[in-house]
Amino acid sequence: MRRITTGIIGASAAVAAVAALAGCGGADSAAGGGDITLKLTDTMSETSAPIYDKIYDACASEQGITVESNHVAGSGLIKTVLQQASSRTLPDVLMLDNPDVQQIAASGALSPLSDYGITGEGFPQGVVDAGTYDGELYGIAPIVNSIGLFYDADKLQAAGIQPPTTWDELADAAARLTTDDTYGIAFSATNSFEGTWQFLPFLWSNGASEDDLTSPEAVEALEFVNRLVQDGSASASVVNWSQNDVNDQFIAGKAAMMINGPWNMPSLEAAEGLNFASVPLPVPSAGDELVAPLGGETFTVPQTGDAERMAAAGEFVKCVTQGENQLTMATGRGAVPSDSEVAQQAAEENPLVASFVETVQSARARTALLGESWPEAATQIYTAEQLALTGSASPADALAQATAD
Amino acid sequence: MTTTATLEGRDVAARGDGRGGDHHGDRARRRARAREKAAQWLFLAPAIVYVLVFFGYPVVKNLTMGFQEYTTRTFYTGEAPWVGFANYAEVFRSSIFGTTVVNTVLFTVGSIVGQFVLGLLLALYFKRRFPLSNMMRSLLLLPWLLPVIAGTSVWKWMLDQDSGVLNQVLRGLHLVSDPVPWLTSPDVALLGVVIVNVWLGIPFNSALLYSGLQDIPDELYEAGALDGATGWKAFWHITWPNLRGVVNVVLVLGVIYTLKVLDIILGLTGGGPANATQTLATDSYRRSFTEFSFGTGAAVSNVLIVVSLVFAVVYLRVNRRAVDE
Repeated sequence: MRRITTGIIGASAAVAAVAALAGCGGADSAAGGGDITLKLTDTMSETSAPIYDKIYDACASEQGITVESNHVAGSGLIKTVLQQASSRTLPDVLMLDNPDVQQIAASGALSPLSDYGITGEGFPQGVVDAGTYDGELYGIAPIVNSIGLFYDADKLQAAGIQPPTTWDELADAAARLTTDDTYGIAFSATNSFEGTWQFLPFLWSNGASEDDLTSPEAVEALEFVNRLVQDGSASASVVNWSQNDVNDQFIAGKAAMMINGPWNMPSLEAAEGLNFASVPLPVPSAGDELVAPLGGETFTVPQTGDAERMAAAGEFVKCVTQGENQLTMATGRGAVPSDSEVAQQAAEENPLVASFVETVQSARARTALLGESWPEAATQIYTAEQLALTGSASPADALAQATAD
Repeated sequence: MTTTATLEGRDVAARGDGRGGDHHGDRARRRARAREKAAQWLFLAPAIVYVLVFFGYPVVKNLTMGFQEYTTRTFYTGEAPWVGFANYAEVFRSSIFGTTVVNTVLFTVGSIVGQFVLGLLLALYFKRRFPLSNMMRSLLLLPWLLPVIAGTSVWKWMLDQDSGVLNQVLRGLHLVSDPVPWLTSPDVALLGVVIVNVWLGIPFNSALLYSGLQDIPDELYEAGALDGATGWKAFWHITWPNLRGVVNVVLVLGVIYTLKVLDIILGLTGGGPANATQTLATDSYRRSFTEFSFGTGAAVSNVLIVVSLVFAVVYLRVNRRAVDE
């Protein structure tokens, strides 16, 4: 089914094929009528790839086609896609991280999913927005994620602290949980889109928006995060910590709480002696709605010029992203099924993701407001946060400076 | 080789019997010369094609991209409208440009000085023979063998403010009272990045300087010693003047390599905190591949190309002088 490149395996497969031909007279090729072989590119890691491949194969055989999947590293994908777009060698099915859908859809390289009857019905608005460019749905994410507050239950219990739900409680808990060798809280404020992503819940939940970053609400949000670092509840190193680094700090017991995503569950569960739990991120004051950013990879159908193959690809994407498969992917990767009903089912089965199921329902897509111009705003956001957290400028000045260009 | 030899032979023969100055010999000579020329070009052709395809094309492409509105759309449609100097205007006007230029200069000068001084000291040290000196000299090349990205992630741990080994050692030795924010303070981060780049550059410097030292004849030191030139005096009056050709080459190549350093900075700080380690190279990368503004990204890297070109010309002149000498 998949392309096998290793010589020895290739040879043995050839032998097997010959044997099959000799034995049962090519029953294989007759069964599918499968002239169509779809090429698929995704960004699954070594651990997730088998889960996805199984789903791909099931959908392909149901459709009577074959699929060749190619797993590449997420960081290098966009460069590859751009090269493929200019040489007209895009795969039939392409996985894109949701903020990147805008850029690629804008280039005209993707086909609208409505052509294949995919509408995103039953999915939260955020999920639909994340795959929408200029009013058309181009990418559909079977599973999504966001960020929440993880905490070391033992440490909180020892200090007699309830998991915080508001900013005041969060600041208070972080300060009280800080000891000589443990910070109260860890988060990522790195100068990359990861830093932006982690700051968004504070920005958005406070009513600020990425198209007006010098608003009082935005300044207030940055002032709050800044205070966590200035009063020593969070390490000054947060400006150079990726989300992976944050997770490492938490597992090593150097932070009592952390802001991070559900994809860390497998490593957290594997950590010995760590009694962790998670809640949705605290909001400015009790009763406010949490607005967190929505994450997740979407499936898209590039314009390859071959209508028959594109139709097959559309049908394939529809199958891959349907409810049952969502559940399998979500369980395997520590994520939330996109379909709200399936998500509820996942929450019941796995209490650990329950808090994220809740967060995702009201989560916002990063590109929903600014579309193609999102990267520019994202750069301004992390630049401002870095200026403030390193003490280079006050939060208000930092936001003014970062948006000046 | 053989072609040239036969051609030359025929040339001589033609000259030999062409005593009367007849046209026949003249024509043969001309034809032979033309053939020789053609053969020379044939030998040059692969190199020329290689340079044009792998160096000429990307540079020209990059230069033109600097004058175009080049976005993700361009990759699919091939349309890239000309915008004149708009990209350059945007780059020069942006507040980050001044920062990146200053950072690039500081990073380059700091790295070169550190690499060169330490590389030279190590080269001088290994000039004397002592037990295991060969083995230790080859161990010196280790940073070169390590994948840069692996090296930088280890350094990132070592330079960590709270639990990094460097701060532990410094505090253990009571050299500092508070942990140094190597990569997390805008005032120190550039130094942190320079330290790692110096570490990475030492093998290159010491290897070239060491081979330069090997070329200085021992007799010079023996003669110098008779005249009372030992230790420092020997270094200033014998080693340094004789090493100058190599020193020039090491420094100019070092500058060109350092100007375009990208992976080390991306691995350690990603250009942060607050753009404190953002150089022209990382800014060009950021503009192109995180903001998808390939036009302004190309504009920044063209600035870098011009600066490198200046040093490349210096290098060629220095090199020619060294060869002439």
